[in-house]
Amino acid sequence: MNIVVCVKYVPATADRRFSAVDITVDRAGVEGTLCELDEHAIEEALRITEADEGEVTVVTVGPEEAADAIARGLQMGAHKGVHIVDDALHGSDAAATSLVLAAAVRRIGYDIVLCGMASTDGAMGVVPAMLAERLGVPQLTLASQVTVEGGTVTIRRESDTATEHIEASGPLVLSVTDRSNEPRYPSFKGIMAAKRKLVETWSPAELGIAPEVGPEAAGTRVSAFAARPARTGGQIVSDEGEGGVRLAEYLVAQKLV
Amino acid sequence: MSEILVVVDHIGGAVRKTTAELLTCARRLGEPSAVYFGAEDGLIPGQLARYGATKVYVLDDDAYRDCLVAPKAEALAHLVATRRPAAVLIPSTLEGKEVAARLSIKTDSGLVTDASDIVRGEDGAVETAKPVFGGAFTTTVSITKGTPIVTLKPNSLTPPENAGATVPIEVETVDVAVSDAAKAARIIRRESRADLGRPDLAHASIVVSGGRGTGGDFDAVEAFADCLGAAVGASRAAVDAGWYPHALQVGQTGVTVTPQLYVASGISGAIQHIAGMRSSRTVVAVNKDPDAPIFGLADFGVVGDLTSVLVQATTEIDSRRASGA
Ligand SMILES: Cc1cc2nc3c(=O)[nH]c(=O)nc-3n(C[C@H](O)[C@H](O)[C@H](O)COP(=O)(O)OP(=O)(O)OC[C@H]3O[C@@H](n4cnc5c(N)ncnc54)[C@H](O)[C@@H]3O)c2cc1C
Ligand SMILES: Nc1ncnc2c1ncn2[C@@H]1O[C@H](COP(=O)(O)O)[C@@H](O)[C@H]1O
Repeated sequence: MNIVVCVKYVPATADRRFSAVDITVDRAGVEGTLCELDEHAIEEALRITEADEGEVTVVTVGPEEAADAIARGLQMGAHKGVHIVDDALHGSDAAATSLVLAAAVRRIGYDIVLCGMASTDGAMGVVPAMLAERLGVPQLTLASQVTVEGGTVTIRRESDTATEHIEASGPLVLSVTDRSNEPRYPSFKGIMAAKRKLVETWSPAELGIAPEVGPEAAGTRVSAFAARPARTGGQIVSDEGEGGVRLAEYLVAQKLV
Repeated sequence: MSEILVVVDHIGGAVRKTTAELLTCARRLGEPSAVYFGAEDGLIPGQLARYGATKVYVLDDDAYRDCLVAPKAEALAHLVATRRPAAVLIPSTLEGKEVAARLSIKTDSGLVTDASDIVRGEDGAVETAKPVFGGAFTTTVSITKGTPIVTLKPNSLTPPENAGATVPIEVETVDVAVSDAAKAARIIRRESRADLGRPDLAHASIVVSGGRGTGGDFDAVEAFADCLGAAVGASRAAVDAGWYPHALQVGQTGVTVTPQLYVASGISGAIQHIAGMRSSRTVVAVNKDPDAPIFGLADFGVVGDLTSVLVQATTEIDSRRASGA
């Protein structure tokens, strides 16, 4: 079973992300990392191939620095990496990202394409469905549990109103939530071995998709950007035995009860 | 006037609140037509007409129920191709967002997910408000390509009732041949969640949440919630500890809530939790640590033990009600 895992390189911590937003014109100096939610996708891929056999390829679409996200995947145990990098990709939206990913995973070859549930910076959670649409294969998305038997994959999905058990046969797109597994930490051996693993760098042109990416091709345009006003005048009281009464009084005064 | 498609969010015919909000937004853009997936006998057209739908397309096929996402996207693509609507509005559920994603690829159209408002922009484009970075910022996003597709978060606006036309709503049955490819991901079993007798978390107008600070005892949280007619939520720490079901987790990897009132008890206010509740109108926090980050977000906070504070607040509200005050 050959698995391609799509991983995203995102601004590192929450704090940095906000400061990065403050200075949207200048994202430079903001440290990045492999999206935490994509670690679950890598872990799932490793488990599936360890139980069966096959190769795990991590692929990312992103700037030079995104090579770090691939490196982390290789340290965890993925076999090889593909980095699609190009300046024209800067500012691409989910549709363009899925276009590039679709071309890349086709070229790599796959039984399963594995994704995270959402990217922690964009958090749209739409790339996996878009990828399935473009590849014309079934989607098994937002799995909290995955079972692979022969060529059939079964997932458990917590939908809005119910728990669903869903089944499909490969090739397919699978995405996993943060409840699917506990991602491993790279071992020292894994870190050393990663240095010898192959990482290929492709350009969108090589994939034959030059003009359709970047901000001009995007279907949306951001015209304004405002920080949510800070909450002011928040009233904090200390419970000296009547904290609950004070809380009740507040709710009554606000006509919330 | 141009037609706007609105996908109806319903459970067995009972229309959920988001649908009214979507119809309200749709009226600003054109003439709303509801798209109803399900058996026609469950449909109550009046529920849709009341908020301004003038027409409803009924699409009934086992595939919409038994297969994941793809059949609905196919059906909507068919409606877009044949009816040429000016926009498609979809509820921001997990399924809704994925249907929207596939539809945007099929129709080569711009997509905005998790919008909090939808209007017609000055340039005529469909313009949305979209909170980003866990709600810390709001962007204005116009859709510039194809048939604009927007998913709207629940509790984004208050729909005026009886805004709709008094003319009878037109019901049209639409048959779309769902492809075999779209039926490839089959739902083989579905377990409905136990009804806890409380409002649905994502749509609730009051939410009371408990975190690690409960120590696993949600009694005070639940009693306070019931006194307010609220839904109960939990932090991931409480869910991971097995104290509360994951379906009730509020946050980045759980449910996003936008109630009138959010009460966080024994929750520190991690960025991933805040991402799921930041848009709440009023935030109340109860935490024994005065430095807990959640207080930075609170309109009202009590520094103290959550059990004693919530129990006392419940008693106080109950007794005020009893005395008619
Ligand atoms: C990728 C990712 C996604 C995540 N997604 C989510 C998510 O969707 N939702 C989410 O909630 N978290 C999420 N988290 C986890 C998040 O980072 C925090 O770990 C979590 O929210 C902490 O939960 P908590 O506030 O209940 O626990 P803690 O941070 O441990 O806080 C407990 C609080 O309770 C207070 N307390 C203790 N005892 C009492 C008492 N008797 N009375 C009053 N107060 C008391 C303490 O002072 C403390 O402030 C995610 C993390 C990651 C990495
Ligand atoms: N630039 C990217 N490169 C590789 N994979 C991506 C990229 N963006 C998104 N993905 C994948 O799609 C998932 C959902 O992302 P999103 O739709 O952006 O929330 C992520 O968890 C990744 O698995």
